[in-house]
Formats: sequence, structure tokens, C-alpha cells
Amino acid sequence: MPGGRTTNVAALTRKQRAGLWLIVPAALWLLIFFVIPFYSLLATSLFDPNGSVLTGYDVAWHFANFGNAISNYWPEIVRSFLYAGIATIICLVLGYTLAYAIAFKAGKWKTVMLVMVIAPFFTSFLIRTLAWKLILGDDGWVVNTLQTLHFMPQGGRILATPVAVIAGITYNFLPFMILPLYTSLEKMDPKLLEAAGDLYANPFQAFFKVTWPLSIPGVVGGTLLTFIPAAGDYINAALLGSPNERMVGNVIQSLFTTQGDYAQAGALSVVLLVIIVALVMLYVRRSGSEDLL
Amino acid sequence: MSQAASDTNRDLRLTGLHKEYSNGFVAVKSLDLVVPSGSFFALLGPSGCGKTTTLRMIAGLEEVTEGSIAIGDTVITDDKPYRRPVNTVFQNYALFPHLTIAENVEFGLKRKGVKDTGAQVKEMLELTELTAQAGKKPAQLSGGQQQRVALARALINRPELLLLDEPLGALDLKLRRAMQVELKRIQTEVGITFVHVTHDQEEAMTMADIVAVMHRGEIEQMGTPYELYTNPKTTFVANFLGRSNLIKGKVLGREGTGADEVVKADMYGTVVSIKASRVHTTSSEGWIGIRPEKVIIQPEGTPIDAPGNFLSGAVVVGAIYMGVSTEYLIQMPWGQQLICFEQNTGRRGGLVKVGTKVDVSWRPNFAFLLDSTQDADAGREDD
Repeated sequence: MPGGRTTNVAALTRKQRAGLWLIVPAALWLLIFFVIPFYSLLATSLFDPNGSVLTGYDVAWHFANFGNAISNYWPEIVRSFLYAGIATIICLVLGYTLAYAIAFKAGKWKTVMLVMVIAPFFTSFLIRTLAWKLILGDDGWVVNTLQTLHFMPQGGRILATPVAVIAGITYNFLPFMILPLYTSLEKMDPKLLEAAGDLYANPFQAFFKVTWPLSIPGVVGGTLLTFIPAAGDYINAALLGSPNERMVGNVIQSLFTTQGDYAQAGALSVVLLVIIVALVMLYVRRSGSEDLL
Repeated sequence: MSQAASDTNRDLRLTGLHKEYSNGFVAVKSLDLVVPSGSFFALLGPSGCGKTTTLRMIAGLEEVTEGSIAIGDTVITDDKPYRRPVNTVFQNYALFPHLTIAENVEFGLKRKGVKDTGAQVKEMLELTELTAQAGKKPAQLSGGQQQRVALARALINRPELLLLDEPLGALDLKLRRAMQVELKRIQTEVGITFVHVTHDQEEAMTMADIVAVMHRGEIEQMGTPYELYTNPKTTFVANFLGRSNLIKGKVLGREGTGADEVVKADMYGTVVSIKASRVHTTSSEGWIGIRPEKVIIQPEGTPIDAPGNFLSGAVVVGAIYMGVSTEYLIQMPWGQQLICFEQNTGRRGGLVKVGTKVDVSWRPNFAFLLDSTQDADAGREDD
């Protein structure tokens, strides 16, 4: 309101002051739990790699850490983005279909279906992934059934293969895809589809000219919420994969916790972060939904 | 440009059109209707009368339970909506929010595979006075402009039939009046058959060449606005289209022949005559109907400007002054209250005061006689 500033200065400054106070708690939280750790991570990534718990660490501006991290672990980096990408695409296909069904076809079952989408969150991520270990295990019913039907050779396995890891990631992040998609589809006026049909669009054209463009915010939101955590995930690879399916998250975890190579771990974390931010910016710009950033 | 409609007969024909929903509700009852090609046709009725269902069946958005829809000799009953030569202006316009006005307008042409749409879009935007809005998104437009986009988006396809579902319902009164004139102008200009669904009798009367009044899934009466207003056949039409005074009367008999034939009726002791062409009952009792603006009142003892009989002993019990006219409420000797609209010509030099005893009359050729078994309150707006 441009007119408000001149007419009611006192009231507005009071309003602004209230606004500031409302920002303070979150700002403090972010400072303590994001800005400081992030700064510390950046510092760690520049540690002298010769330091150890015994001799101590110092920030040596050792930029070679980044190059080393990439050259040592590029297979894991590539694998992370590959697995996350595949899982995101599968999530998009499954999630879009389901979100569409819930938004337009579910009728009175809408709420029930939404609750079922969220229901897995009632148990822990870890327990659910462990359950998948049993389901996909060598003596589990999935493998047994496939072998009985001769879709899989005797001795073949699912656990400890890329299939298991990607399936686990897909399962764990599917709700994060469905919910934004549902929200953007649900907002759409079904009359628009009638209008498209009335204007000579067959159902296929109506989908690609009307439904899909209108759901782009949901698609972008859903893919980001799936892809970003999936790229950094290490639980699925650790529980459902073997060393051959190691993702960058697993590497960082073991560098930090077992090998004590803080410099390398920090550098790898920063590399992962930079790649993700770059990819996200590229993606959001390409999809024409900058307002999400 | 437009279809060669007038030489080959391209009338819209609904034959035995019937719609029953899965829950057993019958929305449209075996409707037979012919909409002449090139006309502005209005389906008028209260909400739930089946008018929108009829329109949606013509558009292909609702399945037909029984009967057929044809344009000329082409039966389209089972065609998909996108295969019909029909376009719709939706109630809340249903404009595509992610497309610009120009893209909205060219949507139909693109789907039909027209390559060079530029000239046609430009022409259509000019016709609907939207040229300056071409690059904007629907949300940036006013209600009246959005309404015109919806119209342009449908008309550009040169359909044989344009369906309008309460097209002006979302606009305020002033804009609605302006758009009524605008719609009529555009229809005359393009010569396409318009089928217009509305619950607003004024809207139907101002725009349509032919009005069909729908009630409970059936067409109650169809004709020009003049015919419907002056010669309603049922109490529903008499009350829904404008207002009517309905007075109980006993039929005495017929007199005269040909155009002069009248039916005499006894109305609480006064004999009135009704033109035979306006008599719509065969029973011995009926509702004598007279439109409020046809009712003439005059303070007792002064000469009344009406031929034939007049009724005396009435009292003015209410007067609402509306500038152009005054609405009087007249208490008749038998207890019923009649409405009288009087143009404020200045002839009286003031209003007739409440409490004044008046004589009441009307010109006999304006009265009509309806079936007494019908509900005298049917179609009143306040029910």
C-alpha cells in the first residue's frame, strides 16, 4: 500500500517491528543450526588432509581436497545421481497417476486414499527400510515367487542389487512426490477439461495442453522433494545394497565416522551440495517456475 | 464465412431427448424441440428445471438416456464433444489460466490443425474488443472481459451452434445489461445459432428471438418473447415471465366468431370477456390473468379510461414509488390483493394515496384465462 506509509507512519512501524520479532526465532534457529554448521563444514572441507585426531586439524585453504574428492569418488557421485534420477522418474510416473486418480476419480474415497499415502510416516523410515530387506531378501516371498515362476534363475537375488536400492528410494520418497502433485491437480477446475474437449481437444491433447502445464508447479515441487534427499541418501544403499551400490552419502558417512578423514568428507559434502544446487537451478529455470525459488 | 445454413436446413432437432440420472432423478423428460438455424434461442427456467442438462447433452458433456440430437440430417447424439460442430461458453468461462488471451482464443483452431491462426485470432479479438488484452493472462482481466474471451474462444471455431450456459450470471447488473446488447450484436453479425440457457427472464426476453420456458424437465411453452408475455398458457409461465394477477372466475360461455370470439367469465359478480385465442382451459372454472401494467385504477367517482365493466369497491393498500412507475397494491372486495403498475406520466399530478377507494379495470383484449387446476403461485420468484 503506497498510500499507507505517509498517512499512518506510527501504525506501520509498529507493524514492522512486530514483523521483525516474528522473524527472530526462526532466524536464531537458522543461525545456530544452519549457518554455523555450514560454515564449519566449509572450514572442514579446507582442512589440511594430513591432520588427524591426534595432531589436530587446521584450516589450510587446501582447495586440492575438492579435486581429490571428485577423482577418488566420482563413481559414487555419478551413481548417486543416477539412482536418485531413476527413482525420481519412477516416483513421478507412479505419483502422477495416483495423484490424478485421487484428485479427479476417487470421489468419496479421496480422504481415505490421502491418509493411506501418509500412513507410512507413522512408522520410522529405518524400520520400513529394514522391512524391505526382509521382503526382498534371498528367502523372501518376492524372490521365491519369481523363482517359482521362472522369471528369475535359481540363486538370483534382488537384495544387494541396484534394483533393491532404487526400489527402496522410490518407496521411501513416493509420498513426497504425491502430495505436491495432488495439491496442484486438486486446485484445477475440472470444467477446464470440459472446455478443452469442447474446443476439439481429444483426451490426450487435453492432458498435455491443459492438465500437465497446470500441474507443473506440483511436478517441480515433487521432483525436487524426491530428488534432493534421494541424491544424498545413504540408508537405502546401506541396508538394501552391497558395496557395489555405495552412494556418495555412504562414502561421506564412512569418511566421517570410521576413517576419520574429515577433510575429504567435508570436501565431498560441499561437492555434493554444489552439484545439487546447480542442478536444481538449471531445472527450475528450464521448467519456467522460478517463483518456486 | 459462416455455414451455408439457411439454404440447407441445419436446424437443431431434439427428438424425445430424455435424461435420467443413475439415482433415478429425471432431469429432462422426452423433450422435442426444433431450434431454427441462425436464431437466438433461449432456454429459460428456474434452477433444477433441466435447462443446463439439456445444454450439456447438446454439447456432449452429458450422456443421453434416450432420444436423439441432430443438426440438420446429421445425428450427433453419440459423438464425442470434440467431434461436434458445437462450442460452449461456460458459466464461469473456464478460461485456461496458463495461456494468454490470444492463446486461449486460438486453442480450438490449433486442435483442428489450422496452421496460420494469426489473422483469424486478430479478427476475433477485434470483434470482441479484446485486441489490447491479447498478451495478458485471464486472471488480469475484468469479469466482462473474461466473458468476451470465452465468447471469442468459442466463436472463432465458427460452430454451427453456440451454447451459452448462464453466460452473464457472474456479472453485475450494469455490465449484464451492456453485455446483453453486445451478445445480440455479435450474434446478428456472425449469424450462428445461439442456444442460451438462463434463469433470468429479462435476459431471455431482451436477447432471444424465441424463448422456451422449461419447468420440471419439460418445455412449458415456447414462442417469441411477445407471445409468451402477452399470452401465457400456464400459471407457471404467467408468473415466471414477468408477474401476473390471477383471479378466480367461472366460465359462462362463448360469444362472437373468428377473431372476435370471446369467452365470458364471471369474476366475483362482474362479467369479463377474454379473447378466445387467450383461453387455455376447457373447464368451467379458470384463472383470469392480467398483467400488472395493464391494470387501470381511478379514484372512485371520477371517470375511468376503460371500455366495458369496471370493478368498484377496491382500496389502495400499498404504493411503492419507483421513479418511472409506481407499484400499487389494491385490495379487492373479495379480499384478494392485485398489483397495478402505473407509468408516472404526471397525468394525476401526484400519487394515489394509500387508503383511497378506487375503481379497477383493464382492456379485455389483454386478459387471459388459465386452467384452474394449476397452482396460482407456480413460478413466482419468491417461492
